[in-house]
Amino acid sequence: MSKLMKLNLKVWRQKNAESAGNFEEYKVDASPDMSFLEMFDVLNEQLIETGKEPVAFDHDCREGICGMCSMVIDGRPHGPKQGVTTCQLHMRSFNDGDTITVEPWRANGFPVIKDLTVNRSAFDRIIAAGGFISTNAGNAVDANAVLIPKEVADEAFEAATCIGCGACVSACKNASAMLFVGAKVTQLSKLPQGKPERESRVVAMVNQMDAEGFGACTNTGACAAECPKQIPLSVIANLNREYIGAKMNGK
Amino acid sequence: MTLESKIPAGDIATKWTKYKSTVPLVNPANKRQLEIIVVGTGLAGASAAATLAEMGYKVKAFCFQDSPRRAHSIAAQGGINAAKNYQNDGDSVYRLFYDTIKGGDYRSREANVHRLAECSTSIIDQCVAQGVPFAREYGGTLSNRSFGGTQVQRTFYAAGQTGQQLLLGAYSGLERQVGLGNVKMYARHEMIEVVKIDGKARGIIARNLVTGAMERHFGHAVLLCTGGYGNVFYLSTNAMGSNVTAAWKAHKSGAYFGNPCFTQIHPTCIPVSGHYQSKLTLMSESLRNDGRIWVPKKLNDERHPNDIPEDERDYYLERRYPAFGNLVPRDIASRAAKERCDAGYGVGQSKMAVYLDFKYNMMQKYGRTEASKLNIANPDDETLIRLGKEVIKEKYGNLFDMYKQITDEDPYEVPMRIYPAVHYTMGGLWVDYDLMTNVPGLYALGEANFSDHGANRLGASALMQGLADGYFVIPITIGNYLSKEIHTKPISTDHEAFVAAEKAANDRIQQLMGIQGTRSVESYHRKLGLIIWNKCGMARNEKGLKEAIAEIQALRADFYKNVRIPGSVNEFNPELDKAGRVADFLELGELMCVDALNRNESCGGHFREEYQTEEGEALRDDENYMYVAAWEHKGNTWELHKEELNYENIKIQQRSYK
Ligand SMILES: Cc1cc2nc3c(=O)[nH]c(=O)nc-3n(C[C@H](O)[C@H](O)[C@H](O)COP(=O)(O)OP(=O)(O)OC[C@H]3O[C@@H](n4cnc5c(N)ncnc54)[C@H](O)[C@@H]3O)c2cc1C
Ligand code: SF4
Ligand code: FES
Repeated sequence: MSKLMKLNLKVWRQKNAESAGNFEEYKVDASPDMSFLEMFDVLNEQLIETGKEPVAFDHDCREGICGMCSMVIDGRPHGPKQGVTTCQLHMRSFNDGDTITVEPWRANGFPVIKDLTVNRSAFDRIIAAGGFISTNAGNAVDANAVLIPKEVADEAFEAATCIGCGACVSACKNASAMLFVGAKVTQLSKLPQGKPERESRVVAMVNQMDAEGFGACTNTGACAAECPKQIPLSVIANLNREYIGAKMNGK
Repeated sequence: MTLESKIPAGDIATKWTKYKSTVPLVNPANKRQLEIIVVGTGLAGASAAATLAEMGYKVKAFCFQDSPRRAHSIAAQGGINAAKNYQNDGDSVYRLFYDTIKGGDYRSREANVHRLAECSTSIIDQCVAQGVPFAREYGGTLSNRSFGGTQVQRTFYAAGQTGQQLLLGAYSGLERQVGLGNVKMYARHEMIEVVKIDGKARGIIARNLVTGAMERHFGHAVLLCTGGYGNVFYLSTNAMGSNVTAAWKAHKSGAYFGNPCFTQIHPTCIPVSGHYQSKLTLMSESLRNDGRIWVPKKLNDERHPNDIPEDERDYYLERRYPAFGNLVPRDIASRAAKERCDAGYGVGQSKMAVYLDFKYNMMQKYGRTEASKLNIANPDDETLIRLGKEVIKEKYGNLFDMYKQITDEDPYEVPMRIYPAVHYTMGGLWVDYDLMTNVPGLYALGEANFSDHGANRLGASALMQGLADGYFVIPITIGNYLSKEIHTKPISTDHEAFVAAEKAANDRIQQLMGIQGTRSVESYHRKLGLIIWNKCGMARNEKGLKEAIAEIQALRADFYKNVRIPGSVNEFNPELDKAGRVADFLELGELMCVDALNRNESCGGHFREEYQTEEGEALRDDENYMYVAAWEHKGNTWELHKEELNYENIKIQQRSYK
């Protein structure tokens, strides 16, 4: 067994959406092999056993794919390491004696529910506005009827790996959702199946994004730097191109 | 009550086609008057909700996560099977049907499995049409890989993220219907009671997990697409929130639970590393396409794996099962790993692990091909590794990254250490051919039903089953029931049955909150998991199972005395949600042991030590146990109902992969 690390935590506590929140300080002993969320499990176990309220945080798969976990760690969404989610961050990325500050995503589009848990349903509404290909079950032709060059399929796949976590919004000083929207628009506009609705899709999604109160993009690139799936900034350029193109065609 | 599986008569190959063209339908105008509740938005639920809404039904969908896109299906890695025969390697609907029945060790229903194989091809078409970016070859066609228990390449995939891509496809279809107003979505809601009126399912009680408020929802039919119960073991590859509550509440309202002891232990997972561990991580079966499994031939060999020469390695799967080698089905691979570790040949600190090694194929398979593409004659080892690594990276990159993240070891350089872990549950709510439980109007889809995988599921067939159920089966079979319900007006949720169900749910929550003991919910879950893993896991015996039943009963009693749930009811309170789920696991665990004790044979993942061949293979007893065990809840005990399985098209044999 590796040696335990002694950590000081400053954790955002907020009872519900209406109340004002504040930081509370805790001490935890953690093994370097623990994940960040397992370290929080240990903290919560301590809190429960001493009659206090555990910290509420979102998580589910704990392997970096569901997009549920969402902590801002020392000012950075998903913490100090690149290309990983909070649940994949391990305590070996920290040092014995560290003080770690943990906050929820902060954005108008993502109101706090409790402690470190926020409401990201705005993302679902953006997808509902146009993030799909309109095809009903039973309509499809044979899967190999349309050949798709490998490079195109790979590009679409790369964009499609977005897990909808919202770190991009949290990282952005304008709380812009362009990286998230750009990823979906890029995936669907690259593929031949997505072409027929290409213009109406991008306009509908951008309109919904604006209606949800996400900010404008000023190209600082913080989103892509913090994205755990390393969705590239080029999807935003692509989103802009698609949007302008659609607008020029009167959509 | 006798179990009516309602399998249509006729030839296996044409049954489903005939059924489809003769089943009663609901006309479009009537569909708009009919409301369907879909609980769960994984592959099964999202595809069902979207498709039923496309057809014109009014749908309400529920999930406990903050978005339907986060259902546990998102985590599936390796791929999805379909009998497309794109590789021209002799695949067919029949072969997929045959492989699945055999893989399940002859404990599944022929008619359902054949239908599944038939639907498989349309699934791939549907997903591609939705924009699912499956892996492709340079020529633009779809790419395939192999999975265990088969000798053809029929698995479609998107790197190691197939579940994510399929679920996002189904989710986008679902959100499209939400946008059109045909589906009303309730995220962060948990179903905690089925409402029955005159014997039929007519709705649910759901708890809003943000406010804690109870809600009553009416439906002409209720579909449970709530996933599997592997988390009863505490440590599993399932997402943390996966649970049995919806299925368990249905069970307690009269739905039979089928084959609860049939659980799948997956051979290739990252081993347990510490007592704080909250879950285990799968390393996809697809890795067995290119990874070779071995342990040292010498006991207590402390050498670094890269220093152990070829002839001192025991590639025990290749040795024992030359015909299938590393691609034997999961139950067999898991038991073989346990056998080696129990015999003292395990590796790593805990000695409870075996190696999964990519070096050979990295160099000899991919390195050589790439070198020859580049016209490099006589490439040296370094070149082979460099070239092969690129190919491995493209195929499994995200899995290798995940492994490194967790273990801090680089699997491109040293073999992975792996050990079996709980992964999937073949058991689930008993359903008939229409996917309806024995409670009229109550359906179960996806992993939540017991259906198609018998005693062992083959890799890449859960995604296939979930999507077959949702896109192609339920849209047809539900007509058989709803065509008779077109005169049923929506029932007010003030009906006494709704009031009573809500009260029962409230009482339960008050009871839990009232305990105010000293121990966390998590601590009980851990203990339960350990009992089940040790005594109802990879190997079971009569004595252990009897002990387990007593231990679970004692643990349950302790839970109701000493558990501590902080916070209050009417707020966001994840500890309370968890307490309800663990309370249900504490009951389910007992039933699993009861079922395992009843089944005096070994089959698939159910290995009773008393029943094995001389070579240590599972020994079935077809004479006495060729049935589905469907358990009826009777207060403090259960009554067994048997659905006999008839094999008319496949000759039953001792399963052999040698
Ligand atoms: C790590 C991993 C990898 C896998 N890889 C593969 C693979 O490569 N190929 C393959 O074929 N299979 C694979 N499987 C198996 C497969 O992923 C699952 O069997 C399948 O996705 C289950 O889908 P489902 O729709 O039945 O349920 P799930 O996806 O589990 O969805 C359950 C849904 O029900 C909801 N729910 C549950 N209870 C309630 C309640 N009480 N109230 C409201 N909502 C509720 C949840 O919110 C969720 O939306 C894998 C499994 C794991 C664990
Ligand atoms: S683009 Fe990246 S950061 Fe933004 S939601 Fe997707 S995965 Fe998360
Ligand atoms: S918990 Fe699923 S991505 Fe972190």
